[in-house]
Amino acid sequence: MTAPMTGGTPRRSAPAPAPDPEPDLLYSDHEEALRDAVRSLLADRSDPATVLARLESDAPYDARLWRSLATDIGGAGLLVPEKLGGQGASAREAAVVLEELGRCVAPVPYLTSAVVAVAALLGCDVAEPEVAALLGALAGGGTVGVLALPLATAPGAAADGPVAGGTGFGSVRAAGDGALVGRVTSVADAAAAETLLVPAQGPDGPALYAVDAAADGVRTDPFIPLDLTRPLGHLTFDGAPGRLLATGGRARAAVERALLTGAGLLASEQLGVAEWCLAETVRHTSERTQFGRPVGSFQALKHRMAALWLDVASARAAARNAADALATESPDTAVAVAVAQAYCAPVAVRAAEECLQLHGGIGMTWEHPAHLFLKRAKSDELALGTPGRHREALADLVALAAP
Amino acid sequence: MTDAADLRRRTAELLAAHPAADTGPLDFLRARFDAGLAWVHFPEGLGGLDAPRALQAVVDEELAAAGAPDNDPRRIGIGLGMAAPTILRYGTEEQKRRFLRPLWTGEEVWCQLFSEPGAGSDLAALATRAVRDAAGNWVVDGQKVWTSSAHQARWAILIARTDPGLPKHRGITYFVCDMTDPGVEVRPLRQITGEAEFNEVFLTGVAIPDAHRVGEVGEGWRVAQTTLMNERVAIGGARIPREGGMIGVAAENWRARPELRTHDLHQRLLKLWVDAEAARLTGERLRQQLSQGQPGPEGSGMKLAFARLAQEISGWEVEFLAEGGLTYDDWTLRRPEGVDFTGREAGYRYLRAKGNSIEGGTSEVLLNIVAERVLGLPPEPRTDKDVAWKDLPR
Repeated sequence: MTAPMTGGTPRRSAPAPAPDPEPDLLYSDHEEALRDAVRSLLADRSDPATVLARLESDAPYDARLWRSLATDIGGAGLLVPEKLGGQGASAREAAVVLEELGRCVAPVPYLTSAVVAVAALLGCDVAEPEVAALLGALAGGGTVGVLALPLATAPGAAADGPVAGGTGFGSVRAAGDGALVGRVTSVADAAAAETLLVPAQGPDGPALYAVDAAADGVRTDPFIPLDLTRPLGHLTFDGAPGRLLATGGRARAAVERALLTGAGLLASEQLGVAEWCLAETVRHTSERTQFGRPVGSFQALKHRMAALWLDVASARAAARNAADALATESPDTAVAVAVAQAYCAPVAVRAAEECLQLHGGIGMTWEHPAHLFLKRAKSDELALGTPGRHREALADLVALAAP
Repeated sequence: MTDAADLRRRTAELLAAHPAADTGPLDFLRARFDAGLAWVHFPEGLGGLDAPRALQAVVDEELAAAGAPDNDPRRIGIGLGMAAPTILRYGTEEQKRRFLRPLWTGEEVWCQLFSEPGAGSDLAALATRAVRDAAGNWVVDGQKVWTSSAHQARWAILIARTDPGLPKHRGITYFVCDMTDPGVEVRPLRQITGEAEFNEVFLTGVAIPDAHRVGEVGEGWRVAQTTLMNERVAIGGARIPREGGMIGVAAENWRARPELRTHDLHQRLLKLWVDAEAARLTGERLRQQLSQGQPGPEGSGMKLAFARLAQEISGWEVEFLAEGGLTYDDWTLRRPEGVDFTGREAGYRYLRAKGNSIEGGTSEVLLNIVAERVLGLPPEPRTDKDVAWKDLPR
């Protein structure tokens, strides 16, 4: 079964043409400057040993690091226009931040709050005071917001009714007064969130509500996640007071925009994960000696790393293409995002698996950070749609129909 | 500095003086060369204007729009891509004046006499000998293989061993060989596809004047590196459309033949489509880097990706065609002028693609190059580096 990408749109009979004008697949000087700022912050505050130590603590995320990234560097507001309190940058800049965060599996709610939640709000009517106020709060980094959908939800889930792999608007019901009832499982950064953006079935169809996470009638049950650096929780709403943000087609479009933006930019995080794994593997195998030679001089190993390098180089092109399509609101965005996810997710997993294997015994231990990257890569493979679901989406988008 | 506007003006002047419609193709190409609009990054007087290489596209577009004849670059690819940059860098002034103009106009086709039956990936192990005679000229004996265009070529670039007493990389010298000389024998080499794109070339007592030596005696390996680098830099230039190349043929087949579709083939096709699109984007990114004057290392990997994709897609296609995959279009011995992946049937593509991971550097050698030069991994241990060539086991 193929998930409809846009409700009611007829299938194409010809492949989607490549975008025109051509996408810019390079990094601008401005983007490189942003990268340098983020990288030096993370080098100081989020090296793998620090991340590892934090996992043993009770804090769900690194609040100090988040404040520096979100507020001091202004990372939280990159996607928000200046007149709404943000930096007025684009998905291209946010993608660079995510590459760096992926490179050190930083435990901060950047993807969930600064990307997915912000994109959902930007899909609503920003002239509404409620929407504008929330956007300003998220952009300033003072508030963490989370879209209340399972982490595994793929783009397309915002179509009418629940679809496989995501519950769309089907899990929560809203009464006429905005009271929400329902349960949403496996929400990323649920425990860190101060504001929840909740897709629900209202009295007049789908609608998007904002709920204070601390309000009566909201319960967050954290559980033990595969990826410790991106905590998950189940959300239960029992008469929680929701403030209406958008209804009907607008609400659906807002959620779809959030999922598409999230999936497209997740590819950049996956690129960062893969880059760290490859660089660390090259470093280790150049230094580690066995049989009287650095193990990296054995052809059986160096070929595996060279093949991985090519995959990472291709992942960079695919991830940049998705970020550029999102930034320019290209008509090719759906294809670019599906290609980026279908391609980058397996590359990150393979890079992490190769990293672990080529480190030998040390790679299998808790002390070495390789496991953090494997857990993030594997969890990212499920996040915002598996590669298989994105390939299914492509089947429709580029007219390669199933039998 | 020559800029785009200047090139447009010069192109317009060329077209005004030699209207495309009533000038013979060869006359036009010669005039274009003399106007410096052949390869604009070459020096003045040698077909260029010392302009940035990226501006070639400006000239090409204007001339194509005017319907001007081109020099059929596919037919003379080895001359353009390998011989010309090497002669430009290492050739004497006399060699540049003699060879570059007819090379570019296509009046003289070039081939490349590098590979040997005993020296493929280990090219520096070559055994073809060049011995100096009393007059200082050279006599060459040996056998070369995988030589495209040898049966049409007027000239060849040739590397031969001039000092077997030195380690293998140091005793090689680079020459231009006259393919019409007595002692040069060209035989077609029939391939897995049934056709003969390549040749074997037997060299028996071939006399080469010292004036046709390129670079110093014993410096042939270094000169050959220029040739080989240019062979692999061939990517770039034109934008590749989505579904360009072999994946487009496979996708069209899928759309046209619903009765052959299976779920398994569908899953695999989608995966190949994504891989092909990612490879296209990687090439596009490389092209953008080149046009900004910042070539990335991606070029080293593009051939690897292309070879793998071509083999997987063509294998998928034969399987997709079901009973149709059991047939072959034509086993006749033919001498094509180039490889045409999309002009023949799936079986041909499947068989020809096997060469993609071997020709122009095997995938294994390219993986070593990426590992050592791009990733900086420690080199393979070498046992032959300091041993005289004549003492190496063969």
